[in-house]
Amino acid sequence: MSHTSVLRTVFAVATLTALTACSLVGTSGTNDANGKDVVLVTHDSFVLPKPLIARFDRESGYHLVVHAAGDGGTLTNKLVLTRSNPTGDVAFGVDNTFATRALDAGVFSPYDVTLPPGASRYLIPGDDHRLAPIDNGNVCVNIDTTWFRAHHLTPPRSLGALVKPAYRDLLAVPGATTSSTGLAFLLGTIGKYGDQWPDYWKALLANGATVTDGWSQAYETDFTQGGGHGRLPIVVSYDSSPAFTVPKGATASTTKALLDTCFRQVEYAGVLAGAQNVTGAEAFVDFLLSPEVQRALPDAMYVFPVRSGTPLPTAWARYAVQPTHPLTVSPADITAHRDEWLRQWSDLVSQ
Amino acid sequence: MRRLLTLAATATIPLLVLGIFFVIPVGGMLREGFVQDGHLDLGGVAAVLGRPEIQRAVWFTLWSSATGTLLACALGLPAAHVLHRLAIPGRTWVRALLVVPFVLPTVVVGVAFELVIGRGGPLGRLGLDGSAIAIIAGLVFFNASVVIRVVGGAWESLDPRPAEAAAALGASPWRVLRDVTFPALRPAIVSAATVVFLFCATAFGIVLTLGGLRYSSVETQIYLLTTDLLDLQAAAALSVLQLLVVTGLLVAAARARRTPDATVAHSHVRLRRPRAGDVPALVLTGVLVVLVALPLSSLVVQSLRVDGTWSLANYRALQTPGSHQALLVPVTTALVNSLRIAVDATWMSLLLGLSLAMIVTRRSRTRAEHRLRSGLDGVFMLPLGVSAVTLGFGFLVTLGSPPLDLRDSPLLIPVAQALVALPLVVRILVPVLAGIDDRLRQAAATLGASPLRALTVVDLPVVWKPLLAAAGFAFACSLGEFGATSFLVRDDRPTLPVVIYRLIGHPGDLNYGMALAGSVVLGATTAVVMLVVERLRVPSVGTL
Repeated sequence: MSHTSVLRTVFAVATLTALTACSLVGTSGTNDANGKDVVLVTHDSFVLPKPLIARFDRESGYHLVVHAAGDGGTLTNKLVLTRSNPTGDVAFGVDNTFATRALDAGVFSPYDVTLPPGASRYLIPGDDHRLAPIDNGNVCVNIDTTWFRAHHLTPPRSLGALVKPAYRDLLAVPGATTSSTGLAFLLGTIGKYGDQWPDYWKALLANGATVTDGWSQAYETDFTQGGGHGRLPIVVSYDSSPAFTVPKGATASTTKALLDTCFRQVEYAGVLAGAQNVTGAEAFVDFLLSPEVQRALPDAMYVFPVRSGTPLPTAWARYAVQPTHPLTVSPADITAHRDEWLRQWSDLVSQ
Repeated sequence: MRRLLTLAATATIPLLVLGIFFVIPVGGMLREGFVQDGHLDLGGVAAVLGRPEIQRAVWFTLWSSATGTLLACALGLPAAHVLHRLAIPGRTWVRALLVVPFVLPTVVVGVAFELVIGRGGPLGRLGLDGSAIAIIAGLVFFNASVVIRVVGGAWESLDPRPAEAAAALGASPWRVLRDVTFPALRPAIVSAATVVFLFCATAFGIVLTLGGLRYSSVETQIYLLTTDLLDLQAAAALSVLQLLVVTGLLVAAARARRTPDATVAHSHVRLRRPRAGDVPALVLTGVLVVLVALPLSSLVVQSLRVDGTWSLANYRALQTPGSHQALLVPVTTALVNSLRIAVDATWMSLLLGLSLAMIVTRRSRTRAEHRLRSGLDGVFMLPLGVSAVTLGFGFLVTLGSPPLDLRDSPLLIPVAQALVALPLVVRILVPVLAGIDDRLRQAAATLGASPLRALTVVDLPVVWKPLLAAAGFAFACSLGEFGATSFLVRDDRPTLPVVIYRLIGHPGDLNYGMALAGSVVLGATTAVVMLVVERLRVPSVGTL
């Protein structure tokens, strides 16, 4: 063996040893030795500040484990599919556009939670204490006010305006079949135009609307005020979005939500039927409704609290305006027609 | 008899893994779809397949994947020649660069392509945004490196003497290529094309992100049916269709791979200088490098821009969990998680891949044995042809109760990733192992070498380099895997692609910038791993 080949052998052995140290073999997946874990199943937008979660662990005596995947729709279907053997104890993030599917499938078990003031108006009609409303937010058309000023163009104010030639090729919309934001917007147009909604969408698409995969592509990539500073000054986003587009040191947001175009989304939490740790799950639902978590919701997940009297962050209080009369579709109607609407919408958009 | 027992013993572990992590989950989803109230109900299948949107999706999948595969081969084959046979300065660097797209999350590729072909980009005038051309370009962008790796490995160790002899006898370079080189490389080319076709046909993010939802493929339909409509019967019908088409493709590929004389002499070949005849190949390689480098460089540039000036702020922020608590852990922690998982996924796919490759390439005594061996080869390609959604949901439905209570096992993610990487490993190893003359092993045995000794003296020296290449590719495959991982991952132990996806989904300029910076880090890590792997050598155990 030559000198270099000895060196090479040493190098190879060293690499191999280093790699072995990396392996996950031998590490344990569940550290739930004493049944103290509460497993939360949620969507991938779920976030809470670390100190709050630590506080839950400390005060309840449980340890929170988070399983997050997909959007609200994926989450709901995951829960429905694993209903006989759930992947966790408690779920957060099923919204009013999908709630009835989960309720009909018997995903949740009743928990008679004490709702905070103001929360009861978000309850699903006919639900017997299975889903507790946690937060709400509206999906609204947002516009870049600076763009319209620079182009000397009167900004649109309503859904009807978006099909006018003046606003041709200016709108980005997340897809209804691939994003919960998109589904909420579709429901808003259905709330407004009833059975005539396909005609509205045909006009919208004919007017050059850009349909994207998800919210992030529409807002961050295509929208002029998004992170990627795209080319389209009108986008479907949230009523809270203007609070995030206030330039440093400025006193006004560069964007505005059109309050006549909004559809309200409410997110719920509930104890899963077949949960291993029922008391832990109930404690987590209580925790989500506590004043501390309700106050943290806007900054963490860009949604409004359901507990009335919860103070909002300064930027929100000033720039995030909620609509007083959002467009609505009844949960019963959504249950009966959601799939048919999604199929129809998909046909309209695809070639 | 002993041969068959050895065969069975070698095949047991791979088959067990495939059974638990593929057959059971996919079977579980098919059962959810077809069994209603305890009865098998296939009535809806014909109706589903007759729907116009489903037929459109099937047609689009077939033609876009075929076109994508052809173009990936058209650009990848010349590049394999240039990067594996010619003495070109910096060729290992170019090779590493071309693998980067393979690991990038599709949502980031969407951003990168938008920067190039979007209305403001350098190619914005062409109006490709949201077109089928953009989708196909994306498919080629992702998959060209598969062709280069799989074919390049075989090409590298191809004996140059037959080609030289043909040239000396007056054959034109084109004739040599057509009559000598291509027949010898055919198994590798068919292998690569098959894998690329499967990747194209199951590409999900690319079709949605670059096509702006105007196009739907079988994969996006399955996704829609499963995650939105919960129409599991229709999804199951499509999954069966997918399985049938893939099986047909694999059978055809196995036929096409079969060469009249499977033993092609292989040896270590010295690289040669480029000649005039190499110009077309060099040009096509250049085209591919531009296709890959343009979106990647826009991505790098964008990740370095903050508020209109140059800055490293996005990169510094990777040590944090993002603004507005976008993440539970810093991005750097996710990178470490990714690397650790990739190490496991790599050794698993190598172990399984090596056993499979050995099973497949041993000479069969009977026709039945031959069928059995090549059948096994095909079976392990099936996971590539099945939707990640079906597999992901299947994991959740079937692997949650004893004796298979694996949903929370930390090894589930690497195993799932290893299954994705496995066909690549097998495809890289098989053409090389097939090239080893079985008589050498027999000679070694006659001279008194134990089977293990014969393995180290005959097989290992030839297989070592391709094995490293396969390891690098499996590692890259694992680093970039998103589909199955996103279903299984825990929030406090995310992988880098999962974190990037979450960052880009959260508002705020910093999160967006961090997503881009994270993607650059992911790409760079992959490139570095590929470079290191190519430099790893062991002293040859015995030279031939």
